[in-house]
Amino acid sequence: MISYSLLQHYWWFIISLLGGILAFLLFVQGGQTFLFSLSKTNDERKLLVNVLGRKWEFTFTTLVTFGGAFFASFPLFYSTSFGGAYWVWMAILFSFVVQAVSFEFQSKPGNVFGTNVYRGLLYFNGLAATFLIGVAIATFFTGSDFIINKGNITEQLTPTISVWQNPLHGLEALFNIRNLCLGIAVFFLSRTLALLFFINRISHDVLESKFQKALLLNALPFVVFFLIFVIWTLLSDGYGVNPNTLEIKLISNKYFINLIEMPIILVAFLLGVVAVLYGVIRSLLSKEFKSGIWFSGIGTIVTVCNLLLLVGYNNTSFYPSINLQSSLTISNSSSSEFTLKAMSIVSIFIPFVLAYIFYAWRAMEKSRTNMEDINNDHHSY
Amino acid sequence: MKLMDVSLLDWSRAQFAMTAMYHWLFVPLTLGLGVIMSIMETIYVRTGNEEWKRITKFWMTLFGINFAIGVATGIILEFEFGTNWSNYSWFVGDIFGAPLAIEGILAFFMESTFISIMFFGWNKVSKSFHLASTWLTVTGATLSALWILVANAWMQHPVGMQFNPITVRNEMVDFWAVISPFAIHKFLHTVFSGWVMGSLFVVGISSWYLLKKREINFAKNSILIASIFGLSASLLVSLTGDSSAYDVAQHQPMKLAAMEGIYKGEKGTGLIAFGILNPEKKMYNDSIDPFLVKVEIPKMLSILGYRDKDAFVPGINDILKGGYETNNGKAMSFEDKQERGLAAIESLKEFQNSNTKHDEATAMIEKTKLKKNFSEFGYGYLKHPSELVPDIPMIFYSFHLMVALGLFFIALFGVVFFMTYKNTIESTRWIQWICLFSIPLGYVAGELGWIVAEMGRQPWAIQDVLPLKAAISGISSDSVKITFFLFLILFTALLIAEIRIMLQQIKKGPEME
Repeated sequence: MISYSLLQHYWWFIISLLGGILAFLLFVQGGQTFLFSLSKTNDERKLLVNVLGRKWEFTFTTLVTFGGAFFASFPLFYSTSFGGAYWVWMAILFSFVVQAVSFEFQSKPGNVFGTNVYRGLLYFNGLAATFLIGVAIATFFTGSDFIINKGNITEQLTPTISVWQNPLHGLEALFNIRNLCLGIAVFFLSRTLALLFFINRISHDVLESKFQKALLLNALPFVVFFLIFVIWTLLSDGYGVNPNTLEIKLISNKYFINLIEMPIILVAFLLGVVAVLYGVIRSLLSKEFKSGIWFSGIGTIVTVCNLLLLVGYNNTSFYPSINLQSSLTISNSSSSEFTLKAMSIVSIFIPFVLAYIFYAWRAMEKSRTNMEDINNDHHSY
Repeated sequence: MKLMDVSLLDWSRAQFAMTAMYHWLFVPLTLGLGVIMSIMETIYVRTGNEEWKRITKFWMTLFGINFAIGVATGIILEFEFGTNWSNYSWFVGDIFGAPLAIEGILAFFMESTFISIMFFGWNKVSKSFHLASTWLTVTGATLSALWILVANAWMQHPVGMQFNPITVRNEMVDFWAVISPFAIHKFLHTVFSGWVMGSLFVVGISSWYLLKKREINFAKNSILIASIFGLSASLLVSLTGDSSAYDVAQHQPMKLAAMEGIYKGEKGTGLIAFGILNPEKKMYNDSIDPFLVKVEIPKMLSILGYRDKDAFVPGINDILKGGYETNNGKAMSFEDKQERGLAAIESLKEFQNSNTKHDEATAMIEKTKLKKNFSEFGYGYLKHPSELVPDIPMIFYSFHLMVALGLFFIALFGVVFFMTYKNTIESTRWIQWICLFSIPLGYVAGELGWIVAEMGRQPWAIQDVLPLKAAISGISSDSVKITFFLFLILFTALLIAEIRIMLQQIKKGPEME
């Protein structure tokens, strides 16, 4: 018998998995931030744009699906966070809007604003989206300032259920150092993954030597800021839920306790981190090793997925409020049992979707990309 | 407690309308051009004729430019349900979120995976794999239209749900009911209109080549495919338009009254074939004649709306006053509905109070009262009957112009196909000019359709259940004003760039292999 609670846990797993995949695919954004630094000639820049341009839709689609799945499974989060932290989400969306056209338009004649403006917009998306998504996810651990009162719907003049208390509407998250640490970590992670992707995909003597050098310079700050965030979080108070009274309270070292009480998540989390580091370190040590992206990519998916499981499972509030009793948990913010069940049937298609993505990816990436491929491609950017 | 800023509602509506209208400039072409280029590639694969590959690649390039900006304008719409309509997201997210998630999982991934092969895989995969990728890209785009239109149709005709007073939201109880005939008709009508847009685009651009006496074979082949496809699609648009209008008559009588400018209902109502509204008529209940001029087709509206030549079609005043017979008994007046809506809201409040006090007996009584009155829940937020009346001139003219354009497209594709068949299209310049200048008319018709569908159902976010004023987020109107102008400037700039890029590509013409 599938219980309501099991469905809520299942859907939090799906959200966490999508979050992990999104974090991995942000390598496209990370790569966009190298357009003006790694490449010096127009050909080099064109090569970078084109290998990234064949993948940007995956990141975009995952973001949209992540949003849609959150809406369907935890609608109270959707209404509270998007309607409350308005400016953070709008800035993220704005950066994705400009990305969507920039690959296609940047090299086309008649594009009005010139190639460099579109490449500048790609740079902006790479910087803003990675950093702000990191900051937004950090608030899942550090909390925000909102109040939820479902009774408000009966007040004709003030019917809004979720009310954000801070007038900065999400921008206040930028004044929290722990949030900034995760933002910076995600930014450098995306650049690290981008370099591993370039190493795997691009065949170009000059660029290849640069990838190796840049990898250490980006992996190091990623590791430092990620460790600061993780250690700080494990040592901080967390938002726990009393399963009997459903009362939410601050519990010392809650996230550390969660790791200990959920050993599978602990092991998976550590394995994920090791895989990320393995991909990076082996790529640094050997120029012949080109598969770092697969180790670090899968490691990223596993690490981020388990980080999100850590904040959603074991009677924890995944979207806490400093007004404690308004905090969101997977049980008080989820869709009905019927909807979660219906959605779970649809989720059976996910392995099928992953399989055809893998098949298509393999079909297109049989050999590494060089300038000749780009110049012979009718649709190259 | 901070009261809701009235201008917030207007700015939030303006932002959603603006982003939706921009998005809809690009989606129909994606849907229509996608199928046309897939047909062309199929011909190439079946015949092995390289000319069809060249033709396919040219239209695919234009498809790509249009697709990118369609994606860019689309992402903001999904998230606006949360950013600007947060109450809505909670109140109906249990039902509305599901189609959006399914759209992401089943449609967007298909589209984004295979579009990459479609654009970049010509030399990397086999001919048949490439063709399958092209069709799967278009299938993904069409499936995404299906799910978002299912969601939109549900807002116009909410079914398959039950209100839960404990969670204070509507919850899905029947998934298949959500995919209602209303939704299917809406989906088909919308997708077929996209096919018409794609056909107009191909016929129009190809006509430009004929006018310039360039790429004659390319142009004639393209026109042949697009005219057959366009003629079929425009006939299907009219058929599904009839089904959609029938649904509106059954479930949204106020919208139908606005579409036809009917203030006072009657049996055996005629359909306005042509009409000019009287600008002096300012109020729904004044005695001024609503029309300066009108030409009617007798009894036709009763036939189309109710499949009965003598059926009573209620006007705006009948709907507000009630008292006429419907399939569900006697229609209620606005005041009756308002009273029931207020009673439902009050019952919900009392239910919550008694639940907090663990007074189960009272909670049960209030729950029963709430259930009885819930179908009019949204009316409890309305103050005056005039709030139920949409902008009549806007809806009336939009509807009639859309229908006129739809009829014009049938005639146009018929003539173009005939001339292509008779091989006279190349020498007949007047039809080439008409085809060229008909491209913008397709965009106009599509936007008018959405104006009728969305403006016609005001003031509702969810028909009868949730008015927009109760669906809104708790943010300042200044915040929405800023994002409104940011997106307006951005989308306008991108539109200008898109049009210029398109024109440059068209001037350049199809490339030699």
